[in-house]
Amino acid sequence: MNSRELAWEIRKKTLEIIHNSHSSHIASIFSVADIIAVLFSEILKLDSKNPKWEKRDRLILSKGHAGLALYVALQKKGFFDEKFLDTYCKDGSYLFGHVSYKNVPGVEVSSGSLGHGICIASGMALAAKINNQNHRIFTIIGDGECDEGSVWETALFANHYELNNLIVIIDHNKMQSLDFCENTIKLSNLADKWKAFGWDVFEVDGHNHEELKKVLQNTENKKPKCIVAHTIKGKGVSFMENNILWHYRDPQDEHYLKAMEELEKAKP
Amino acid sequence: MRETFFTELYEIAKKDKNVILITGDLGYGLFDKFRKDLSGQFINAGIAEQNMISIATGMALEGKKVFVYSIANFPTFRCLEQIRNDVAYHKANVKIISAGVGFDYGTLGFSHHATEDIAIIRAIPEISIISPCDLFEAKIAAEYSYKNNGPFYIRLGKGKNGNMEIKRNNFDIKKAFEIRKGKKIAMFTTGSIINEVIKATENLQKQSIDVAIYNFAMIKPIDKEFILDSMEKFDIIFTLEEHRICGGFGSAVCEVAAEKSKKARIIKIGLKDDFTFVSGSPDYLRHINEIDSKGIENIILEYTGRKGK
Repeated sequence: MNSRELAWEIRKKTLEIIHNSHSSHIASIFSVADIIAVLFSEILKLDSKNPKWEKRDRLILSKGHAGLALYVALQKKGFFDEKFLDTYCKDGSYLFGHVSYKNVPGVEVSSGSLGHGICIASGMALAAKINNQNHRIFTIIGDGECDEGSVWETALFANHYELNNLIVIIDHNKMQSLDFCENTIKLSNLADKWKAFGWDVFEVDGHNHEELKKVLQNTENKKPKCIVAHTIKGKGVSFMENNILWHYRDPQDEHYLKAMEELEKAKP
Repeated sequence: MRETFFTELYEIAKKDKNVILITGDLGYGLFDKFRKDLSGQFINAGIAEQNMISIATGMALEGKKVFVYSIANFPTFRCLEQIRNDVAYHKANVKIISAGVGFDYGTLGFSHHATEDIAIIRAIPEISIISPCDLFEAKIAAEYSYKNNGPFYIRLGKGKNGNMEIKRNNFDIKKAFEIRKGKKIAMFTTGSIINEVIKATENLQKQSIDVAIYNFAMIKPIDKEFILDSMEKFDIIFTLEEHRICGGFGSAVCEVAAEKSKKARIIKIGLKDDFTFVSGSPDYLRHINEIDSKGIENIILEYTGRKGK
């Protein structure tokens, strides 16, 4: 399964699961789907048969509300079966609406409260440096998550400790919970801010797999790397794109059918 | 107390390179030797406690045994969610070492008073809490927390008590320790405020009131069996802590005691539901909050019906 196929699978399975479980955050998951797909298809060194393999790359989904994208990718890559995935948000399931590690193979760290995962990733990166290990630590944060002060605490820290094994990908869809970021807390030019904190910063189209692959494969950075991935919230379903409604709403009836029809047409 | 703790930790870290010490830019002079000799195991995370706790979690999840240091309010209140979501939920091998108990930093202002930390940390699952009363227990706390995997919160007083003059052969940190025998009245205490208890009980003895003293180095998990036995043995049990009475050590004792109906009643001594708005030395602030030896003595006299006699 190539990255485009995986991205499509993430969106389709997400649509089904969110529809069935009446859960939220479908637009955030669609926003990050291509980034997750490229990471799992082309970048991360993982072993689904040995999820705790010492030399694996670490992926921490700091924007834990998009956890279903991670769960679907893990399932498609063989970390667990589809039956387990289908328990998402059901009574007794270990698959919460926000990422949780307990009894979920392949999940490194639980998140859900923003501004935590990226800091844990910094700690993992520092430990890898001290241990002379060569794996890389990837973390995906949201742009709204950059409102959290801890993000900037760790931005300073990672620069000071020269954590060039740490890669932060910002899913920059320009929207957060209630409105566009610019109408909430102005982020202005995110890339400039990270540059000012001493990071190697790259800007890409977060739905362009070739651009994502290129920037993620590059390991020549001497500083911690920040990839500002410009994305569209709700990407892949026309009426969800850039529509704040779909941060929380779950698609039912005609919305579900229309969304499925659009996704089916876009099958790679 | 913190010197004793970190001297012990230095010896441990010398033998185990996976021991990491992270400070939140505090501990002036305290870590000079550690920093010089074990520079690869020492990290200053700067004045950023939220990040510090998450960094510690990340390192612990990669196999490090991480000791985090800061003063009283900083490694607790400031980063509570990181302690709950990151350290505790992941059962990360992180030990949070907090210097300054209650009013240790009395003159620095209410911001630096550690008077609700036990209550707050105690409510979080998976974290063991140690509250040493003197240098002996501080050293044991370092050893014990190193040897036992998982989250710990260790509350270190300034340690001006030095060491209690009492033999502690076969000391078990998990168990309540008898400091003084007595029959009807008992005082359960934790942390460095024990010196006030000893003074109070000496005065009470002169008035023919015998008070047994039991010290709890470990608050969570607490010595449940001993508490339940004591409920049968004593008529009245006082608990004492340099901390608010809401949710702290006394509350922990009451929670156990309430499980079974026994004969003893429990009176909690500690800080009331109010801030201390004035500056002062630890002794002064203990005094005005009535948790100094005189205050303790008065409360015991009141509840034993001897006040004014």
